[in-house]
Amino acid sequence: MVPTHYYLILSAILFGLGVIAFIFKRNIITIFMSIELMLNAVNLAFVAFSQALNKLDGQVFVLFVIVVAAAEATVGLGIIIMIVRNRQTLNVERVDLLKL
Amino acid sequence: MPILNYLWIIPALPLLGSAINGLFGSKWPNKIINAVAVGSTGLSFLAALEAVREFTHLAPENIPWVQQYFTWIIAGDFRAGFDLQIDHLTVVMLLVVTGVGWLIHIYSTGYMAHEGGYYRFFSYLNLFMFFMLILVLAANYVLLFVGWEGVGLSSYLLIGFYFLRKSAADAGKKAFIVNRIGDFGFMLGMFLLFKTFGTLDFVPLFAKAAPLPADPMGHLGTFTVACLLLFMGACGKSAQLPLYVWLPDAMEGPTPVSALIHAATMVTAGVYVVARSHILFTHAPTAMFVVAIVGCATAIFAATIGLVQTDIKRVLAYSTVSQLGYMFLACGVAAFSAGIFHLMTHAFFKALLFLASGSVIHAMGGEQDMQRMGGLSKKIRWTYATMLTATLAIAGFPPLAGFFSKDSILLNAYQSEHGGRILYAFGLLTALLTSFYMFRLIFLTFHGKPRYDEHKVHPHESPKSMLVPLMILAMLSIIGGWMAAPAFWGGPDYFAKFLEPVFAQGSIGNAETAETTAHALETPLAIVAVITALLGFAMAFWLYLRQPGKPEQLAKSMRGLYDLLLHKYYVDEIYAALIVKPLLWVSRSVLWQTVDVRAIDATVNGIADGALDIGDGVRHTQSGNTRSYAVWVVIGALVIIAIIFWPYFRPTTVGAVR
Repeated sequence: MVPTHYYLILSAILFGLGVIAFIFKRNIITIFMSIELMLNAVNLAFVAFSQALNKLDGQVFVLFVIVVAAAEATVGLGIIIMIVRNRQTLNVERVDLLKL
Repeated sequence: MPILNYLWIIPALPLLGSAINGLFGSKWPNKIINAVAVGSTGLSFLAALEAVREFTHLAPENIPWVQQYFTWIIAGDFRAGFDLQIDHLTVVMLLVVTGVGWLIHIYSTGYMAHEGGYYRFFSYLNLFMFFMLILVLAANYVLLFVGWEGVGLSSYLLIGFYFLRKSAADAGKKAFIVNRIGDFGFMLGMFLLFKTFGTLDFVPLFAKAAPLPADPMGHLGTFTVACLLLFMGACGKSAQLPLYVWLPDAMEGPTPVSALIHAATMVTAGVYVVARSHILFTHAPTAMFVVAIVGCATAIFAATIGLVQTDIKRVLAYSTVSQLGYMFLACGVAAFSAGIFHLMTHAFFKALLFLASGSVIHAMGGEQDMQRMGGLSKKIRWTYATMLTATLAIAGFPPLAGFFSKDSILLNAYQSEHGGRILYAFGLLTALLTSFYMFRLIFLTFHGKPRYDEHKVHPHESPKSMLVPLMILAMLSIIGGWMAAPAFWGGPDYFAKFLEPVFAQGSIGNAETAETTAHALETPLAIVAVITALLGFAMAFWLYLRQPGKPEQLAKSMRGLYDLLLHKYYVDEIYAALIVKPLLWVSRSVLWQTVDVRAIDATVNGIADGALDIGDGVRHTQSGNTRSYAVWVVIGALVIIAIIFWPYFRPTTVGAVR
């Protein structure tokens, strides 16, 4: 039996990597993947706690997160396709029309 | 009884005419505008005649005849309705307003024929008729006040009719503002009456007031204060001291306006209000005394100014102020019917004087200065004849209208308990001055050698539409006073008898003994009055016809007095220095440049500038760079986590765990 805090540390590491990639990457697909990474890090923590506390709530939450993530993926990928079509680029640095 | 149930038709007709002309008249030819304006007032006059005919058949217990059409304001115990009433006093006012008003409308079609804004003029004039009829028909003080303000508005619009001329626009504003001072008092008076009696409807209000004891002389009781406040309003509207200053300036308006509004009807509204509230005034002898003093003082004050004015309309304006003073003098000595009688005869002869002067101005091509007239009697005969009639009437020659009404006032003043002889003396002196300045006007305008440029100005008689109203008014100026004539043969004064149902109720004093002494006094006082009028005529005749250079010599020898009169006692200058200038100074340097600019504007602008500055600083966070937004999201999340978990990281807690 692997102790719970191992999972939590792994989850924290994954989440931290996600945040770092989210901030520093320029490729919009990579940013998108880093968001997925953060979501899954959280899922891991949920499942770990669910196992440790012997409650099902965490697992139910995970299912919800997966559903939301799937929905988000469809919308997000749609947006990305539109950006690529309009600007022929995946670099977020060049998507700055909101600038005042 | 059809029309008595539909009293609202009488004021509604001119309102309709005003609306039609005002909305559609701009494209119409003058003929259609004439038909609408004259037609609506003419129908209103006919409706008034029919109403009066039906009124005479009413049983005495149905008078005053009150019609409640709808409730206008209701708040707690307070109710103000659109209620019209008709009684003997209303009948007199109704006929004067619609009759004289109609004649002046007809006259205006000739006088204004070549003026711009023809439809506008008649729209305003009809609007005035509407409000004036509301004023005289109203059955409560609130509705009366609606008419009161409405005639003020129409007066403002018509004084400023030639609004491109600055003096006209200023005169309109002056009239409006000075009236506002009086209206302030009037409203306070209304509030006090409502607080005391709980109603502002005439019938219940007077019924409640009548049995109450009168305030003693020199005591400021409720009655006295309420009456003085109402009289303050009357002073503004009827141009009495010290609020008379707007009326002479109001002559900037077209002449028919001066005749209708500033001579015959609107300015008498103050007298009407005092007469309407006579039950309150008879309960307040102090207020009555003030009314008499103010009236008497105004009469003589304005008459002296009228002596030296050279603008034909200004002479008439001061004459109007003076005659209004007479009416208040009558009301002040409790001779309300005499006051209303003079109001009526004055409406005839003063409207005639103004209209005739308009005809003179028309003939002279716009000239108003009497020093550039003269010798017109042969050129414009009808105007001369009618104006002379009116002059004889106002000067008080028997058997013209002015003689009877003025005599009635002087007689009542003479019999007054409080300083009656002094009031009488001043009244008589005013009569002398009136006769003098009116004949001065006639002699300067119509007699002597022409003083205008005969090559440039060709005086011509006015069109029929102007002359016919003049003739009708001349007839009325002659016969208008005959209702009071039988009193000289020991008979009753029919005019006073007619108004008796209104003024008898609640009157204090013994009418019987007063009447017998009145008969004894009537003839000698009348003879004195006629001699006075003749004296005024003789003085004017001698000064302006026999000795043409004499007036200038006199003016030179009494330079100080002459200048004082010519500059109207410098009242306008005094008001400017004491009230207008300080007010302007406070408004400009304190209210505008300090409070408004430095405080209010600065606060508002400061807030706006601050918001702008903050926005300018913050907008740089919106870089448009997606990754910088990502950093903000992370920082935000960290801050939230820090706030949530802060209690668990406090050093003390950590220390305790260790």
